[in-house]
Amino acid sequence: MRLIIKDLCHRYDDLVVLEGIDLTVREGEVLAVIGPSGCGKSTLLGIAGGIVAPTSGTVEVAGDTPDGCLNPVTFIFQDFALLPWRSVEDNVALVLEHHPLPAAERRERIEAGLRRMGLWDFRKALPKQLSGGMRQRVGIARALAVRPAMLLLDEPLSALDAQTRELLMEDFLALWQRERTTALYVTHNLDEALRLADRVVVLSRRPGRLREIVTIEEPRDQRLQPSAQAHLAEVRDRLWHLIRAEAQLADREIANA
Amino acid sequence: MPDTSLPVASAQPVRFRGGGFTVRTHRWAALLAFAVLIAVWESTNRFGLVSALFLPPPSAVAKALGAMVADGSLWQHLKASLMRIGVGWAMGTVGGMAVGFAMGIGSVARAVGVPLVSAFFPIPKIALLPLFILWFGIGEPSKFATIGFGVFFPTVIATYSAIDSVPRNLIRMAQSFGLPWASILRKIVLPGALPGILAGFRITASIALILVVAAEMIGAEYGIGAFVLTAGNLMLTDQLLAGVLVLSLLGLAIGTVLSILERRLLKWR
Repeated sequence: MRLIIKDLCHRYDDLVVLEGIDLTVREGEVLAVIGPSGCGKSTLLGIAGGIVAPTSGTVEVAGDTPDGCLNPVTFIFQDFALLPWRSVEDNVALVLEHHPLPAAERRERIEAGLRRMGLWDFRKALPKQLSGGMRQRVGIARALAVRPAMLLLDEPLSALDAQTRELLMEDFLALWQRERTTALYVTHNLDEALRLADRVVVLSRRPGRLREIVTIEEPRDQRLQPSAQAHLAEVRDRLWHLIRAEAQLADREIANA
Repeated sequence: MPDTSLPVASAQPVRFRGGGFTVRTHRWAALLAFAVLIAVWESTNRFGLVSALFLPPPSAVAKALGAMVADGSLWQHLKASLMRIGVGWAMGTVGGMAVGFAMGIGSVARAVGVPLVSAFFPIPKIALLPLFILWFGIGEPSKFATIGFGVFFPTVIATYSAIDSVPRNLIRMAQSFGLPWASILRKIVLPGALPGILAGFRITASIALILVVAAEMIGAEYGIGAFVLTAGNLMLTDQLLAGVLVLSLLGLAIGTVLSILERRLLKWR
């Protein structure tokens, strides 16, 4: 599935957050969005997923959806957004309950998602009994249960410690290797973008405008190889050069506000 | 070589500074405090320090309570009070939750409701009892109305605030997965608001207890409030305190029931 964003602008009252965004997320690619704090990354994702109405512009999807897809454009949230009163399996079940599925298929989807994330043994646990990484895995299992055509990931690793981040990045890589699900991945972490994305969109500070799109040539599964490091370092320098001054200015703006 | 094997000229232990400010459990302290209080109270009377007319000893209060149990009057009064609390509290709670829910999820209901609730909430509800007697007569309906009205506004506020405090990210998550509006209300808003609503029940149960006593003091033959008032008028202070003790136990019982309800419904916390 492709996502096409055309001439997108968004404002909160007098505050212009996003301006003139034209962007296509290509079929099967992982497109990372980086930019300084407050540049509208999460708003862009909210608009792309249809939970924030844009002030102007359009968002369209095109292309096929996988068999059994119940929610073509699916979010994975930074704060996991799990219901604390529901067990792990019931949190996954929540997103299937309003679909007319046979009970066996519903069970199969829940079990498949939880097993893939290594959470089957914890299916009866409440979210408070899990670590941050496990909670995010529940969030991923929930997303997988609806067999999405496109994932919208809102800083999914930013609330986690470095080791858990590394483990979850491996999970995402395995997922994209197997499913080829299109993804729009918002992050403020350059290393995450370099590790996971095919292309990186750099937004300017508020109002967020598209500054540049940087392509990462190295295949994702070879980016930890020594031979890839020179190219990745070069891309990293380029990305950092693009956002450094903007990030400093955005930081000052936030401090003054 | 272990790190600690390096020679140190004049090592001194680090002084512990982390003591205090820690709440410890003292299981018997409360029981002991009660025992001491009752003993002091009883002895002031036994030694003639305080007249039994003004402050009857605990033994006399217990005796009066025993007599009430024996002649069946305790149950007669308690039954009347419990019925009034039950009906009045249920009326106020059902109405208050309905309005609070509407204010919590609807912006028009909120715009209309917040100023109205703010205007009516501070009125001492017992002041309206004469008006309710005029409207509904001296019988039970005026007492139900007083309790119901007193319970209604705190319930509205508790429900509305509880719904307002349901994390918006959970609602956004549900919307992003296409859950229908009614499912979001039932599966996310209601359970998310439940802790706040139950906390409101605790407050409204106390309000109902206060109002039932006040209402029964104004116009009732039976009820703990009526019993306490009659005992006071006849200077039967042992019976008066027995009535107060029953009210205290009633409050305790209601609190215990609510605690059990909270434990059952909010196991996830």
